[in-house]
Amino acid sequence: MSTLEFRAAIRAAIIEEMERDESVIFFGEDIAAEQGGVFAVTPGIQDRFGAERVFDTPISELAITGAAFGAAVTGLRPIIEIMFGDFMGLAMDSLVNQSAKYWYLSGEQRSVPLVVRSAVGGGGRFGAIHSQTHGTWFQGVAGLKIAFPSSPVEAKGLLKAAIRDDNPVIFLEHKRLYAVKEAVPAGPDSEAAVIPLGQARVARPGKDLTIVSAGKGVPDALAAAEQLAEQDGIDAEVIDLRTLRPLDLDTVLESVARTNRLLAVEEGPATGGWAAGLLGLIAEHGLHDLDDAWLLTTGELPIPYSPTLEDAFIPGPDAIAAAVRERAGVAAAR
Amino acid sequence: MTVSAAVSTEAPAAYLERYGRMLLIRLFETEMQRLFLKGEVHGTTHLCAGQEAVPVGVCSALEPDDYLAGTYRGHGHALAKGTDPDALLAEMLGRASGVCGGRAGSMNVIDVDHGLVGCFGIVGGSIAAATGAALSAKREGRVAVAMFGDGATNHGYFHECLNFAKVLALPAVFVCENNFYGEFTPMLKVTAGGDITARAAGYGIPAHTVDGNDLWAVREAALDAVAHARSGDGPAFLECQTYRHHGHSKADPGKYRPPGEVERWLARDPLGVARDRLRDLGVSADEVAGVEEATKARIDRAVANALAAPYPDPVTERATEFAP
Repeated sequence: MSTLEFRAAIRAAIIEEMERDESVIFFGEDIAAEQGGVFAVTPGIQDRFGAERVFDTPISELAITGAAFGAAVTGLRPIIEIMFGDFMGLAMDSLVNQSAKYWYLSGEQRSVPLVVRSAVGGGGRFGAIHSQTHGTWFQGVAGLKIAFPSSPVEAKGLLKAAIRDDNPVIFLEHKRLYAVKEAVPAGPDSEAAVIPLGQARVARPGKDLTIVSAGKGVPDALAAAEQLAEQDGIDAEVIDLRTLRPLDLDTVLESVARTNRLLAVEEGPATGGWAAGLLGLIAEHGLHDLDDAWLLTTGELPIPYSPTLEDAFIPGPDAIAAAVRERAGVAAAR
Repeated sequence: MTVSAAVSTEAPAAYLERYGRMLLIRLFETEMQRLFLKGEVHGTTHLCAGQEAVPVGVCSALEPDDYLAGTYRGHGHALAKGTDPDALLAEMLGRASGVCGGRAGSMNVIDVDHGLVGCFGIVGGSIAAATGAALSAKREGRVAVAMFGDGATNHGYFHECLNFAKVLALPAVFVCENNFYGEFTPMLKVTAGGDITARAAGYGIPAHTVDGNDLWAVREAALDAVAHARSGDGPAFLECQTYRHHGHSKADPGKYRPPGEVERWLARDPLGVARDRLRDLGVSADEVAGVEEATKARIDRAVANALAAPYPDPVTERATEFAP
């Protein structure tokens, strides 16, 4: 084990997988430059593996994702970085129309092993067009996997699995997790720490309600659960979805069968969001277990710039705790 | 364009075979037209009759394991790269024996075993696919070819990928099949500067304009372009000027074309050009007729086999969303 920041856990996963498999390559905008990208995630990787396997590209999201697709169907395993998730609008054709459908359309002749890493999420004062989380833009596309890690351990384990996966994986890195530190398995322990895609986890067991989230929503929900336990005597279970597609309904249904209450927390609008979709599916399959189910999301607006507006817009630990208290008819403890 | 010694000294038999491949594509498209009207080809289809010299000439310059990415007007791309006519015809008819099991249809054919990375239903997609395949090809000593139309040269994929391939010195060959119409719209009306070759040259890529109805000219230019890409000197570009005899798709009778234009191009039909050249090279009429008969029989067999093949059964079809 070594204590690593989230960004260093990402870097360690890339290095370990590039050492393990010669066919893994890595490219994007400024990822090979000395700083290692705008969030300093990948410094030194080009020095280690050379410019044939790790290289900077022009600012050309169409070409980057299109080339990753073409490389993936001819034997390489590209990892690409699309710097901010907001830029994925430019990259959609090769992901949605080419990469996602190739395995099926080709009659399963060849799959598309590629990983698209991006920084996502608000709270960084980056404004409306550098703060979005694009998971839901892609969630309805069959053939894509979408991973959204919540901690350094999760980031390393999920990214290693994503790189080994034979399918296209969209990998979401929340900006406000990059500096989070924890002990991360390394060396011989690294192998056992690979996290299969498509399996949610119970991040905190509880008996009174289930809070489900992904990415930064998970540490926020955990902080809210601690508040609720200490101040209100409410014992919340927290589920980390880990992947938005495939969606692990079983883990959520099993939890709801015990707690009978479900709150889904998403940093994004309710309409068309993953949380609303999840609630629908849980209602379809687990209505008999539900006493209550509701959403905590952002407003139906672009993400604001001004700190006061942005902080009020994004549901953090206090908002999650308040939402539970309000629903449970509990006044906030003083 | 004059033909180099390397091409002109080749045995005529090799060209007779290539003529047969062009004819295979033409007859395939004739059958597509007929089978579409009979309701056996579904949705839509985009025919390449008139453009056969381009894929056949380009693919004649490739090794079997080089990569090719084609377009939705891609039947000729697949057949030139080596896709089995039976499997391609069955795919068009949506049959289980199709090259993609009937899942892809006319616009999206994929044939990995023959180096056909895919045919792309969205304009410009082939350019990116070949650019990426060139990343693999660079390691393997192969080249990757993108086929695309004049319309794609107004697309972001064209500009981003030509630049990307050049700055990374990728072994890609970009082949524009300039048939002078992007769907219903004349190329010159929507293409600033009006010179596609000059656009590619603007990226520092060696670029040439070629008579795309002359198999010999296409082959010679393709040999040079492929050699350049394979040598490690980066991408090469060909603008092959040609013409589609049919409209854009099955929904298009092509009425926007000015009087006399189709007739002028029919007079330069690549099959006719090739027959004249073969005759000049001393190939006998009997030899040409022999190839034509064999090709006709091949297509007839493919049609019969495809029509006899079962459709995929939705009950037993076992598709998986993800590769295991």
